[in-house]
Amino acid sequence: MGKTLFEKTWDSHVVDKVEGGLEILYIDRHFIHEVTSPQAFDGIRKRGTGLFRKEKIVATADHNVPTINQHLPIQDPLSRFQVDTLIRNCDEFGIELYGLGHPFQGIVHVIGPELGITKPGMTIVCGDSHTSTHGAFGTIAFGIGTSQVEQVMATQCLLLERPKTMRITIDGELGKGVYAKDIILHIISKLTTAGGTGYFVEYAGSAIKALSMEARMTICNMSIEMGARGGMIAPDETTFNYIKGREFAPKGEEFEEAVEYWSTLYSDDDAVFDAEHTFDATEIEPMITYGTNPGMGVGITKSIPTKAIKGNEASFAHSLDYMGFKAGDKLIGKQIDHVFIGSCTNSRIEDLRIVANYVRGKKKAGNVKAMIVPGSKQVEEQARREGLHEILREAGFELRSPGCSACLGMNDDKVPPGKYCISTSNRNFEGRQGPGARTMLVSPFTAAVIAIEGKIVDVRNYVEEGVNI
Amino acid sequence: MDKFKHLKTTAIPLPSQDIDTDQIIPARFLKATSREGFGENLFRDWRFNEDGEPKKDFVLNNTDYSGSILVAGRNFGCGSSREHAAWALVDYGFRVVISSYFADIFKGNALNNGLLPIQVSDEVLDMLLTNVESNPALEIEVDLEAQTLSVPSINLLESFDINSYKKTCLLNGYDDIDFLLSKMNKIKEFENNYRGF
Repeated sequence: MGKTLFEKTWDSHVVDKVEGGLEILYIDRHFIHEVTSPQAFDGIRKRGTGLFRKEKIVATADHNVPTINQHLPIQDPLSRFQVDTLIRNCDEFGIELYGLGHPFQGIVHVIGPELGITKPGMTIVCGDSHTSTHGAFGTIAFGIGTSQVEQVMATQCLLLERPKTMRITIDGELGKGVYAKDIILHIISKLTTAGGTGYFVEYAGSAIKALSMEARMTICNMSIEMGARGGMIAPDETTFNYIKGREFAPKGEEFEEAVEYWSTLYSDDDAVFDAEHTFDATEIEPMITYGTNPGMGVGITKSIPTKAIKGNEASFAHSLDYMGFKAGDKLIGKQIDHVFIGSCTNSRIEDLRIVANYVRGKKKAGNVKAMIVPGSKQVEEQARREGLHEILREAGFELRSPGCSACLGMNDDKVPPGKYCISTSNRNFEGRQGPGARTMLVSPFTAAVIAIEGKIVDVRNYVEEGVNI
Repeated sequence: MDKFKHLKTTAIPLPSQDIDTDQIIPARFLKATSREGFGENLFRDWRFNEDGEPKKDFVLNNTDYSGSILVAGRNFGCGSSREHAAWALVDYGFRVVISSYFADIFKGNALNNGLLPIQVSDEVLDMLLTNVESNPALEIEVDLEAQTLSVPSINLLESFDINSYKKTCLLNGYDDIDFLLSKMNKIKEFENNYRGF
């Protein structure tokens, strides 16, 4: 019997199988950031083990950094202390740090791929659940807790139960105004927020093959939102072309050899998955969420369901009450207050281009406060080189400096209580963007259109042929 | 890590489903650089209003309920990988969470912190929630060695699954790092034969 992409990659990293069916998995790259690493460094100090392979660790500051005036000291004393602690720890243990002010700084899941650190066939972990993003390259990448961050620091390995495998196939062509974000929101709305728990997902099919790397990252990024540990896509020419020439990508002959190996990373025809789902791309509409988990999404012209899934009545009612909606409500026409474009889901150059292309020559609605936060310093610089910041400014938007920002509201970038925020991020949990904030998840194109209109509209009517990419 | 063998205590019911780690501990409280003190902000926005006043209708503010077992709705701990969620529950005094489904990362984090996640069927969960809600004095007994959960007063005796290695760790207070460090020769041997990246 053939092997799946996941099995090929996992099996090549198994150091040993141990009691109770657990396996020791070797980790190729470990990304760390300021929020989930300090307690792990403390643990390492206490045990006196030191770091086993410090050259396999890359650090950046992203979760808890301001997105304006990054050249000034961080004002919030707790945040400043946390970011300074990362600097001290990296210094003490000799870890490469792309901190504030560094040209490579940015959201950890944006910088890994754009620097060519993320490569097919790797195992990658980080103390952040959206590590699944890197799976777009055919890597096994997943989020871990701080105790596991410490494990990887001490041994470069993790002790894990092997997840089950799931394949999600999406065939067909996407309709106009429909993007990768809509694909993944559609999938999660069908499979629910727990539908992938215990599984590692592979996304396949003609609709996935046709996507750019940025779009593939958006899809893999949100695998965790259906409970899956990670999601991956078999590497192909699109993948190889993206990696080629990047800072830490293999060069010359080494690159050719790497491509030869990467080309073996796909699920064999006779490989068997523990679960399979199929979706028709032509049926996917621009999506929007109405509730307080990413599974509570609908096509933008649809109504909020009239009733909950059986057994979920209390949570459904609580969720709608929090959002200020009623079961059966239409979303079209609802006024919104904030627009956030950013996060590890949608803050790459392609996302900013989609937004800038649409808002060029238009004006943001007066009732909307908008925040556009690039995923990395490199994305920010490229956007400036392409003049996107000018287009955005003329339309009434401001391009800020990179960080996780209002996706999780650890810094000052918060949405006020009761306000509606159209957001390109990944989570619409209660209070996620600030206490009482009401988040509605959408694609960057949908966010751009709604920012201009000031209310929820069917964005398909706003597609300008030949303009929108 | 503290050992866990046996526990007999009253429980606190929290029937909401899909409780995510942002509810367990909101991101704005993740600025601390130590593991201690997160219990203070456990379920912060459900527990306190904006002025820091306790919300009367939230179960942790209801003095009728106490105990170190949390009985929670299906799919507990989804969302972010923050281990702070497990730290907050332990710091508050919980040693067991019972639900009919757990998110993967939360489950691993809990086990790495001596917090036992017990998965039961939806029916058993419903029964437990109903009985705990109506009778705050109801005692639940958890025996890790025997892998049983029992409530004699309602004739409930359930066995639960746990990975045998993880069970040994909890019973003895060992953690994964101790184990992995004992395997360093194997890990180095693997590296010697590994093409690497």
